[in-house]
Amino acid sequence: MKIQLNGEPREIPDGATVAELLALLELRPEHVAVEVNEQLAPRARHGEITLNPGDELELVTLVGGG
Amino acid sequence: MSELLRIGSRTLRSRLIVGSGKYDDLELMRQSIEASGADCVTVAVRRERLYNREGKYILDYLDPAKYTLLPNTAGCYTPRDAVRMARMGREILRNLENPGSEWVKLEVLGDSKTLLPDPIGTLQATEELVADGFQVLCYTSDDPVTALRLKRAGAAAVMPAGSPIGSGQGILNANNLRICLEYLKDDDPEYPVIVDAGVGTASDVAEAMELGVDGVLLNTAIAHARDPVAMGRAMRLACEAGWLAARAGRIPKRLYATASSPEEVLITSRPYL
Repeated sequence: MKIQLNGEPREIPDGATVAELLALLELRPEHVAVEVNEQLAPRARHGEITLNPGDELELVTLVGGG
Repeated sequence: MSELLRIGSRTLRSRLIVGSGKYDDLELMRQSIEASGADCVTVAVRRERLYNREGKYILDYLDPAKYTLLPNTAGCYTPRDAVRMARMGREILRNLENPGSEWVKLEVLGDSKTLLPDPIGTLQATEELVADGFQVLCYTSDDPVTALRLKRAGAAAVMPAGSPIGSGQGILNANNLRICLEYLKDDDPEYPVIVDAGVGTASDVAEAMELGVDGVLLNTAIAHARDPVAMGRAMRLACEAGWLAARAGRIPKRLYATASSPEEVLITSRPYL
């Protein structure tokens, strides 16, 4: 199924959870925060939040800033 | 007044808060921040690139057990985006169990050329974030009325700019800062007022501290100095010097000289004038 990930279309397995997507992307969950359709997806719930086609995800991390 | 800088429910050892942006490499950032003596460091929240040029992660160079990390909302032009970004920053820091997780350095910008804040958007975002349990350290202009409105909206600290972000122009309107200090500390002398942005060199930090602010937040002046590590140390010393001088109490400025050596029992004759 297709989702929008950080503004880009991306194909991911049907019915993937947030936790599964992070594993697929080889990201450490403690390094990132995830928003699904502008709602924060807390880390404790990554395993239960199932993604749907067309979902818009933001996947952010910390970088240098002032 | 305490040696420690109290902001909301937490205290910092250093009155200098530094940013982690604009460094050529992360190791230089690490050394420069260490030299600055700061124990609170701002960080930004950005989209994961899903790959990294060098595979490096900022927190491998900025130990969350050692530093209070202060996530910012830099680059946000609407209260809505600023609130979203603040929540994402909090999520990451909570997972790291960092004490900065309830803090946010709020920026709601109004103009990409000056990076001046949007005062209305900043006020709206402050109200929303305070209601959501954040301790908001609020970037604002040096306008005393806006500063007071932000404090009354519940900001944990108000952080007027000395001059535009990254401009290195120093303190452009010391009188506005004096009025900000008077108004913000009127009923609470301990209320934290921090100069955020515009610092170019060490004397700007000392000047701000001598005006009576509680701390200074800067980034570019260290990161883009020719020798960032040396400038980090200079900023630390300037912050301490300014703080001590403000407590020690400067002499009043006078138009005419007052001799430091005795003016009696001289061997000389009187001057012509």
